[in-house]
Amino acid sequence: MIGGHQSEIDSTFQSIRFLDEKARYPVLFLVVSGVFWLLFGSLLALMASVKMHAPEFLGQLSFLTFGRVRPLHLNTMVYGWASMTGAGVALWLLSRTLRVAIPMRPYIIGVTALWNIALLVGSVQILAGFTRGIEWLEFPVSTMIVIVWCILVIGIAAMFMLFYRNVKTLYVSVWYIIAAFLWLPLLGGVSSMPIFDTPTVQAGMNWWFAHNALGLWFTPIGLAAAYYFIPKVIGRPIYSYGLSLLGFWGLALFYNWNGFHHLIGSPLPTWFVTISIAASVMMIIPVVVVAVNHHMTVVGSFSAVKHSPTLRFVVFAAMSYTFVSLQGSIQALRTTNEIIHFTHFVVAHAHIGMYAFVTMMLFGSCYYILPRLTNWEWQSHKLIKAHFWLSAIGIILYTVPLQVGGVLQGLAMNNPDIPFMDTMNLTIPYLIARSVAGVLLTVGHLIFAYLVIRIVAKVGLKPEIPGVWSKKIKEA
Amino acid sequence: MVKNWILLFGIIAVFSAAMVGLTILPKLVVDPRVDQVEFSNTFEIVQGHAIYVREGCIYCHSMQVRPEGFGADFERGWGRASEAEDYRNLTPHLLGTMRTGPDLSNIGSRQPSVDWHLIHLYQPRAVSEGSIMPPYPWLFEVVSETARPNREGLSLPEEYRIPGKKVLPTDEARYLVAFLLSLNQEIPGVEN
Repeated sequence: MIGGHQSEIDSTFQSIRFLDEKARYPVLFLVVSGVFWLLFGSLLALMASVKMHAPEFLGQLSFLTFGRVRPLHLNTMVYGWASMTGAGVALWLLSRTLRVAIPMRPYIIGVTALWNIALLVGSVQILAGFTRGIEWLEFPVSTMIVIVWCILVIGIAAMFMLFYRNVKTLYVSVWYIIAAFLWLPLLGGVSSMPIFDTPTVQAGMNWWFAHNALGLWFTPIGLAAAYYFIPKVIGRPIYSYGLSLLGFWGLALFYNWNGFHHLIGSPLPTWFVTISIAASVMMIIPVVVVAVNHHMTVVGSFSAVKHSPTLRFVVFAAMSYTFVSLQGSIQALRTTNEIIHFTHFVVAHAHIGMYAFVTMMLFGSCYYILPRLTNWEWQSHKLIKAHFWLSAIGIILYTVPLQVGGVLQGLAMNNPDIPFMDTMNLTIPYLIARSVAGVLLTVGHLIFAYLVIRIVAKVGLKPEIPGVWSKKIKEA
Repeated sequence: MVKNWILLFGIIAVFSAAMVGLTILPKLVVDPRVDQVEFSNTFEIVQGHAIYVREGCIYCHSMQVRPEGFGADFERGWGRASEAEDYRNLTPHLLGTMRTGPDLSNIGSRQPSVDWHLIHLYQPRAVSEGSIMPPYPWLFEVVSETARPNREGLSLPEEYRIPGKKVLPTDEARYLVAFLLSLNQEIPGVEN
């Protein structure tokens, strides 16, 4: 039954209140921790961004050099903000779609505390120079294993929910979340094994891991949220069960093999790289399938984005997913990769994935979940709107100029008549634009953090404004 | 319940297939080749590699020359296409993904001057105008002009000199330069 879960859930409003009560502390702890790391990561991002056009900025301090701040920015955003908030959102989605209370709550709260400590230790380690030195895996192995173990414990809770569920059908969001909770510990475990001890093979493991961290952890959680919130907010079932099935197994089959498109032209045997290029192009199938499924669900109700903050963020994120995935398939082709590899284009592409898709999806999810967990309302719909526009304009201002700059950089690099220094010089205006965009994004994050603190701490009187925008409500 | 197990089995099966294909198989193909080679990694080179990693040089410098005809790496004089054996079996790997600065696969041959590298690390803009590379002053010590009379300070241009002081490289700076100079495709890191 398409969307059968919805009628089942809506008919038992009382039990939903019960589920949310049980979900309150573990999910809120994960989300609030994530928001802390979002702010910390934003600060590091601004530092790193400014350093790229003002190299003497904080240049005398060894622990704030670009080569340490930049990886720490990535690691805190990925394993702090996106993973913690993502795990919280995923748990809440499972609780709702499987209609079972989150189990192992004290353990989840405990490992979240441990996870925060591990991130703190890892941050000091990277700034002090004790990096593992592998992109996306800069935390030393011992620290990384603690983080993976924390996610594994939360994953065990997710498996309990799967087996003790109170619904018969598994909604599509459940497939994605269960897969994510299995894939990440496997990825983390394999990448921590000391068997990748020759440089070229380690490079292969590096990009197999890094691309899968996005494709097999953040993407499934993001898509699970999209599959849940789009039909939920609009009040219509998802368009097609068949397409959902095709989209999920297509992603599972092809995304796994994508990593080596980061190594085109490297000394790894060419046939491995070619497999990844083929798989990257095959990703068009699950991506288009998911896009059609979501589009057909929204079509006719598109004006709802005006009224629902959740839907506005989620639709922006879902459209970004389609865009960034198709862009990724094109980037993986040798002809395009020859130009954009080794340039800022890829950095911008990664931010469309991790920000315009994953982060926006998590923002949208939080705007829906937090009032239900706290029994409180968001402080100000104006601030939510401000947050949306700062994030949306900020990420567009970040990515569009930087991708233009990246293409120009790549074309210049492939023209041996142009001195190398010029390939760097021509990117400076685009790097400055990125710093401006970074300020917009950070202001948005501060607003979001303020709103989260207000709603979690229940400061002041309970706001009258519900989390829906409309003229009528504003006048009331 | 059967449905649960089918889902879990499918999820793990697709993962395992790709894991073997992209991590174990390359290991089986590439490792025997690298294992045959004996690398001459001196203490200085190994330490220098660790400092290169610590300071995050990889985030702006790649260390992989693409084959002739793919990009202009060869035409720029960055060297021949990189081979698995070029990396002296030093991990973490330093292939990199970014060229804010130039590729360093063959830097020891392209710029063999120790003094140039030391000045460049202390203050990149002293030898490379318009560079956006960060300075690494903590690899150096600034001492009085009269201290340690047997050691000469870096010959910095006028604007970067500190009156009455001289700049001396620490061991770390010398290790890092030793590593950079070891990046030389013409003298393969190969013995026997």
